[in-house]
Amino acid sequence: MTPKRDKQALGQRVLARFREAGAQEIAPDILLPAGDLLDLYGEDIRARAYVTADPIRGEMMLRPDFTVPVVQAHMTNGAEPARYCYLGEVFRKQDIGETRPEKPRDSEYLQCGFELFSRDPAADAEVFALFHDVLARYGLRAETGDMGLMLDAIRGLPLTEARSEALLHHLWRPRRFARLLDRFSVPATARDFPEATVPWAGLRGEAEMTRRIVRLRADAAVPPLAPVWSERLARLFALRAPAPEALPALRELAEDMPAIAPAVARIEARMQAIAARGIDLGGVIFDASHGRSTMEYYDGFTFSFLADRAGWPPVASGGRYDALTRVLGRGRAIPAVGGIVRPGLLAELEGLA
Amino acid sequence: MIRLGVPSKGRLMEQTFEWFAARGLRLSRAGSDRDYAGRVEGAEGVSLVLLSAGEIPRELAGGRIELGVTGTDLVREKLAGWRDVVTEVAPMGFGHADLILAVPECWRDCRDLDDFAAIARDFRAEHGFRLRIATKYHRLVRAWLSAHEVADYQLVDSQGATEGTIANQTAEAIADITSSGETLRANNLRILEAEPILRSQATLFAANGAMGPQMQALLRQLGLRS
Repeated sequence: MTPKRDKQALGQRVLARFREAGAQEIAPDILLPAGDLLDLYGEDIRARAYVTADPIRGEMMLRPDFTVPVVQAHMTNGAEPARYCYLGEVFRKQDIGETRPEKPRDSEYLQCGFELFSRDPAADAEVFALFHDVLARYGLRAETGDMGLMLDAIRGLPLTEARSEALLHHLWRPRRFARLLDRFSVPATARDFPEATVPWAGLRGEAEMTRRIVRLRADAAVPPLAPVWSERLARLFALRAPAPEALPALRELAEDMPAIAPAVARIEARMQAIAARGIDLGGVIFDASHGRSTMEYYDGFTFSFLADRAGWPPVASGGRYDALTRVLGRGRAIPAVGGIVRPGLLAELEGLA
Repeated sequence: MIRLGVPSKGRLMEQTFEWFAARGLRLSRAGSDRDYAGRVEGAEGVSLVLLSAGEIPRELAGGRIELGVTGTDLVREKLAGWRDVVTEVAPMGFGHADLILAVPECWRDCRDLDDFAAIARDFRAEHGFRLRIATKYHRLVRAWLSAHEVADYQLVDSQGATEGTIANQTAEAIADITSSGETLRANNLRILEAEPILRSQATLFAANGAMGPQMQALLRQLGLRS
């Protein structure tokens, strides 16, 4: 067991690096109002975050991550561009199923983060290069992705708006997504709706149901998606290779799927900017599905740094979350990209080395 | 001493007494109907503790009773990692109930969980908050919906009269225990076409920490171990 003091000290070292990179240190609250987090993450967050109650403030959560409070702080009184860094504990509950884990995960651990709010297109490369640099001595595997690529690929499918939106919505839920795609790929069957036998009840309005029934009836007349499209999508989602091999493969895919061409150009420019900062792209994996299993709020570039140890979470992870600033900014939005390092894992790596 | 926890009230207590009587163990209340002390005849070193069925999982986990009769639903909801805490000794064949997800009968467009997921998404866009499911089985329902990748919902706590929450507009759907479905129908609710979240029945549980020779002997006497 690495003493907590050593983890703290390592966190301070990482924090100093982030400060040198021009970040202003901030210290968000540990107790956060549950409402914003629940609205953003949904019911699942209750299984992962510690919930408590305050007699006046209502339901509160022990900080499950820093992104939400940092974005909120920036949206209230930040000037742009802005660079922030922070170091502190996050608290995560493990939702246990039928058996107890042999080695329970840490319920509280340190995160040291860096967030950049800027309209500069080179911001992705700046953040990635900073993390790459800070973590260089630990021999980690760098993986990247781009949620925008997947979202654009879906938007480019010849689907009705309703079908396209359903797929976009469920991108983060792989089985539901696959089922929808399968359903859209075969001729639709018209559905019968039983006659009303009871009076209307509840807050969901009858008009809402009628609109959905109209939509479902219209959908039954829509021709199926040609199989070639789900094949192309599957090929894209399966793409995983070091960046120098992934980029030509992406260009080739873009010939069949013109909708992803702008995203591919964006990824190429980003990789070039990363290379220009002295990083060997041969050691940077591009995985088209990276980020699909992580937090729903990333909508562009994503990255993680992984240690070659069974059962370990990423040592560092991050990405672009422009949409989140729109949701939390109540009308205002600003492009944002950032990430966190887990100093505790670095300390363990140093202890093991 | 083996302490046996049994539900202290109603049909569940009577059926438990009958189940043990059929296996040669006579359980009874010590005195009047209001007395929660119990008596055991037919086995040495066994005492009876009458408890609320909802508290039996916790008492087993806390080592304050060694055997307990309660519903599988309560054990799974209340004990995280329950298999490492208690052992299912015998399903008892009564107290059958399913934990189900039900929606208003008037939702003619909601047949299965796929419909439900789509409606939840529409509801959130329309009302600006997530569709509410009233339940007291928070862990079980959340884990089940998460396994089925349903996202746009929230749970609201309801410890009783859950079927009424929809008419009162404090929830849009409910997840509750039902045996005959009668109360659901009376409240114009319909069970979604899906396997129940859980099929529950009264079950005899033993604390994992109490599986010594004395316990083995008692279980053999009851015909539950050869």
